[in-house]
Amino acid sequence: MPFRCYEPRPGEWIDRSRKLRFQFEGHSYTAHPGDTISSALLANGVSLLGRSFKYHRPRGVVSMANHDVNALFETGDDTNIRGDITPVQDGMELHPVNARGGLRKDRDRYLDWFGRFMPVGFYYKAFHRPRSLFPFFERMIRERAGLGRVNMQWSARRRPKRYGHCDVMVVGGGPAGMSAVLEAAAQGLEVILADENPVLGGSLGYQWGGDADARQWLGQLLEEVDAHPRITVMTSSVVLGYYEDHWLPVATPDGIVKVRSRGVVVAAGLLEQPAVFRNNDRPGVMLVSGAQRLLERFGIMPCREAVVLAANPEAYAAARQLQEAGVRIRGIAICGESGSDSEHARALTRAGVPLWPATTIHEVHGRNSVSGVSLIGTDGGSSPVDRIDCDGVLVSTGWAPAAHLLYQAGGRLRYDDTLEMQVPSEWPETVVPAGRLNGAFTLQQQRDDAREAVRCLTAAMEGETGYRARSLFRDSVAHGAAWPVSRHPRGRNFVDLDEDLQLKDLEQAAREGFDNVELLKRYSTVGMGPSQGKHSNVNAIRVLARYMGQGMDATGTTTARPMYHPVRLEDLAGRRFRPRRLSPLHDRHQQLGAEFMEAGEWLRVAHYGGTREPEAAIADEVQAVRNALGVIDVSTLGKIEVFGPDAARLLEGSYTMRMGNLRSGMTRYGLIVDESGVIEDDGVVARLAEDHFYLSATSGHAAATYRMLRRHALEWGLDVHVVNRTGQMGAVNLAGPESRRVLESLVDTPLHEEAFPNLGVREARIGEARVRLLRVGFVGELAYEIHAPASVMGTIWDSLMAAGSESGIRPFGVEAQRILRLEKGHIIVGQDTDGLTTPFNTGMPWSVHLKKPFFRGRPALAHLKGRESQQLVGFALPADSPLPRECHLVIEDGEIAGRVTSVAASPILGHPIGLAMVDRALAERGDPLQIRIDEGRMVSAWRMTTPFYDPEGRRQFAGYPDSSEESHQ
Amino acid sequence: MKIIDCPVIGPRPAAEFTYGGAVGAPPVEDPTPDQLAEHVFYRAGAPGVLREWWYHRPTGRWFVLERNTATNDILRTVEPEEVAYAIPML
Repeated sequence: MPFRCYEPRPGEWIDRSRKLRFQFEGHSYTAHPGDTISSALLANGVSLLGRSFKYHRPRGVVSMANHDVNALFETGDDTNIRGDITPVQDGMELHPVNARGGLRKDRDRYLDWFGRFMPVGFYYKAFHRPRSLFPFFERMIRERAGLGRVNMQWSARRRPKRYGHCDVMVVGGGPAGMSAVLEAAAQGLEVILADENPVLGGSLGYQWGGDADARQWLGQLLEEVDAHPRITVMTSSVVLGYYEDHWLPVATPDGIVKVRSRGVVVAAGLLEQPAVFRNNDRPGVMLVSGAQRLLERFGIMPCREAVVLAANPEAYAAARQLQEAGVRIRGIAICGESGSDSEHARALTRAGVPLWPATTIHEVHGRNSVSGVSLIGTDGGSSPVDRIDCDGVLVSTGWAPAAHLLYQAGGRLRYDDTLEMQVPSEWPETVVPAGRLNGAFTLQQQRDDAREAVRCLTAAMEGETGYRARSLFRDSVAHGAAWPVSRHPRGRNFVDLDEDLQLKDLEQAAREGFDNVELLKRYSTVGMGPSQGKHSNVNAIRVLARYMGQGMDATGTTTARPMYHPVRLEDLAGRRFRPRRLSPLHDRHQQLGAEFMEAGEWLRVAHYGGTREPEAAIADEVQAVRNALGVIDVSTLGKIEVFGPDAARLLEGSYTMRMGNLRSGMTRYGLIVDESGVIEDDGVVARLAEDHFYLSATSGHAAATYRMLRRHALEWGLDVHVVNRTGQMGAVNLAGPESRRVLESLVDTPLHEEAFPNLGVREARIGEARVRLLRVGFVGELAYEIHAPASVMGTIWDSLMAAGSESGIRPFGVEAQRILRLEKGHIIVGQDTDGLTTPFNTGMPWSVHLKKPFFRGRPALAHLKGRESQQLVGFALPADSPLPRECHLVIEDGEIAGRVTSVAASPILGHPIGLAMVDRALAERGDPLQIRIDEGRMVSAWRMTTPFYDPEGRRQFAGYPDSSEESHQ
Repeated sequence: MKIIDCPVIGPRPAAEFTYGGAVGAPPVEDPTPDQLAEHVFYRAGAPGVLREWWYHRPTGRWFVLERNTATNDILRTVEPEEVAYAIPML
């Protein structure tokens, strides 16, 4: 049973002078600040920390290195908390994630017995037949599967992302990482050092915890790192991945920091790998590095009496370290020769510890904890001893490099037969490995390797090429066993503790034909659990390599993708960042009690009227425009200015209609299609002079239209300048029969038909402000669009409101405008059109000038003309009909024949009208449209040609001084 | 995130750029439907050196880069004159 040792350890992380209380499964325990959840429970003698994913087997501490995925906990509002690294807090109320009715009496523990009927690939094989039973099985599996419960009463926590910059990023704060960071800083470089632990030191702090010289060096390193002005240290911070050009997201306790560096040293160390034997998952069986972490960081004795399984020098050093701390070492089973003649091994022998050569563990005894082990010869024969009583098993049989970042940067690994470990074989010049993950094991090797790595890196950063990736300081002895696997007729020898996969499962998967490492992974799910194979991939490759009778390298590895660790969604989400663009008249609208709506990145006025019913307010706004005068803020329109000798050529090639023959002082409707002929944007093109145009684009497409014009100018080699004035200019549209009378009183230019005809453009002044007047109206009344610099828009608005008050001027919003334009049958790009709509579909063949030898989309439109399969048609409904909604379907003979694109009750006509995109045959027959509305009800709409209102367009000429001028058209 | 060396203002993160596709003139004369579809819809996608349009949004500049799509290395900036083509006018 584990317990807290009485004597503090020299480098321990806990503060024994203070105590805190927490609860686990309803029982109260005490801990010290600095304890993690797992260490706190072990200190209280609790070693059963969780139940496994599939078989609900008892599990405990394995690594204490952020990979103990069978010791997951939940509090009321958080789940899948990793106990091995998460600090315990005062008042915490913890529960295990995968147990029903308490860990000891988990009601699902029968699954361990039942497991023999659940071989690998069980789900794929068992439940698909008979089909009728599948829903039953599915529900059962879904209830059992998965870990943790999500608190549905969660509240969003915003965690802003931050940015970091440095010359060199060093990943890993162990002996190599700290040596590297000091070397780089000494060369004058700005360095960031990131380590996932709350305290720097890495393996120096626990693996070398029994070595006084190492402790002294650690103290010296910490001091130097802390004192150096060019070193920034990020602790409790996981580097999540490597992205192109040295871009590294780091998960810190305060959210993600995205670091851009010029070079990276990966000194992330090693992940100790488990051995495979029967019941190798019992609480009390752990990696020696896990035991060392418990001892040196938290002052915890992992057990009282231990059997050690050894295949490397680290095992003997650890055994001595634990023995000196008070653990009784019952014996050392040597399943790999390396280190068995070391000084530590001899010291252990002198102290009376038996060393059993060529021996491995056959089986661990005990149910919820370890009571003893049975041993067997590594050749499967007998062993010097049969059964030993103990309460802990410490495994030291091999390592895997934490080289994920190196791999993501384009590096490669190979299996080193001397070290019995994977090592980096190639890497980019500016992303270099250092330390243990590069095969440098002794402290001298690690220091030398780190310095050499930084020298190579800085040379490459200076542009010196030819610095070949090299590793001069690799160790020359094995640090693992080639085959740390022991068979047992009754199995339960786990290769993957996340997913409960046994040796036989992997061999069976290979036998069934999934004998490629990527297939094996996907079929068996090895390495797909929460630790992403950090404890299982190497052994799985070993199992497959042996099954296939091939080498480790020939077997290959799976891909190590970002993220290195699971990341909290709130960290990934960062802050809510949605910039809003406001019209220069926004304050005026607010004073008028406007309701705003989002239109792309803009906030636009939906309607005015404050507390009144929206429908009534909108209807009043429509009536005002039709009968007197309305004004709408159209500052969100894209506003683009085009200058230069080739200005007309640019527009001729960009719009579907002719622009070269547009006279100065006139405007023309303009339509832009893409290369497949699909409508992208529309607007008004005004020619101010021979070489000077002013264009408007739809609010949502302004940036794209500007971008396209800029590109065409280069692509076609034109002498032209294009300026985007969208944010710089504001605009309002003054519409209604009274518009001319009111505007005339404000401007310094005549507005009568001869001086300023329909579709004309004029430059004028309103007071001091220079404005552009465009006689255009989306809403089908006599209308003037007034464009002016954003800074004077407020003054212009106030002048219009004052001058129009007698005429009953009323500001109107987007909702009223939508009704007004629908009455005129004008389309809105993106609402009445979609990603397949050409001008032929919308009944606008007049806008396509195929006589031009070239314009963007012309080849496609020339081909598509006359072949359109759908057409936009107008429809109307009886006044008392329920209103369809946009995207309701048009049905013909039970089949979908189209959809409604726009619909509204028309105040002027007194009944609903709309547009629908329908099959061409139906469009041409002119039959009524059968529209399926909410709850499957059908309404029948009669067809109506557009425009619904004022089809001759007389209203654009109507109004003051006299309407007889319509004859000018 | 990749850094792209903007010819106007120097190295900037790729998030500031909009990709504009490979350079290439559209079929100007009346093309066959196959030629048209080839231009509008088909992309070879084979790795190799490609001349591409890139747009730097904050400065509103387009430029043409030669990029090895196998290694994602940007090889050089191409003068727009090299890829410009004349369009016929009425």
